[in-house]
Amino acid sequence: MQKYDAVTRKFYTLWLISCTSMSQSYNRDLVEDFGRWQEFSAGMWAWIFHKFTGWVLVGYLFTHIAVLSTALESPEAYTTTIQTLEGLLVVRLLEIGLLAVAVFHILNGLRLLFIDLGVGLESQDRSFYASLILTGAIVVASVPTFLAGVFG
Amino acid sequence: MAERYTSFRRGGRRWLWQRITAAFLIIVLAFHFFLLHFVHHANEVTFGMTQGRMQELAYFSLMVLFLITATFHGVNGVYNALINQGVTGKKKTMMKLVLSAASLLLIVQGLRTAVVWADGVPI
Repeated sequence: MQKYDAVTRKFYTLWLISCTSMSQSYNRDLVEDFGRWQEFSAGMWAWIFHKFTGWVLVGYLFTHIAVLSTALESPEAYTTTIQTLEGLLVVRLLEIGLLAVAVFHILNGLRLLFIDLGVGLESQDRSFYASLILTGAIVVASVPTFLAGVFG
Repeated sequence: MAERYTSFRRGGRRWLWQRITAAFLIIVLAFHFFLLHFVHHANEVTFGMTQGRMQELAYFSLMVLFLITATFHGVNGVYNALINQGVTGKKKTMMKLVLSAASLLLIVQGLRTAVVWADGVPI
């Protein structure tokens, strides 16, 4: 009986420790202290990257509609605006950046949807690394297309 | 048990709509990028080409839905990020109003542009 109590107590203590550590990792004060970046895990980086790429994409959405709105002025104004912008190397480079941001947000978003459905929770760190690698591969492969015609 | 960690209100629908729009946007954003950078190149875009696409009802309605879902998903994401950073009370209500107004403006401006491209609603 005494032995059983000791085992139960030990198990309960371990359970309490694991609960405490789990709740600590979900504590907002700690999670959002970016000064602790060296201690961040893969999931935390995924969260930060998703948030950063989200901010960029929503900012771009407003800019995109503003540029497309030149069509309200005249068809010529729209065509001239788009073709002038596309003739600038800096715009093409920014577009590559936008592609990187969009592809990562899409792939990590897909990862999050699966995690929400309870699929792949155990390998969430590996799926984050896969999202990063795939983003890099797609962006590098797209560079020639995005820079086509800008040099002459 | 880990404590419940989310910016969404328990029982609220914003969480679900953020996921539904995400699933839609994953496909449509990839399609949009592919069509306008790989099938057609961005530097070849003219008003006439855009008009040709927008005068098809299927494309027009897809783009309108894209505008609405992207605006909701993006602005709802910003709202959540602000709640995450600890915005509460009056500030939260103000942010909600500002973001709702910005969303409305963006959608109206996008719709106006879409209608000009298509030269009316292509029904």
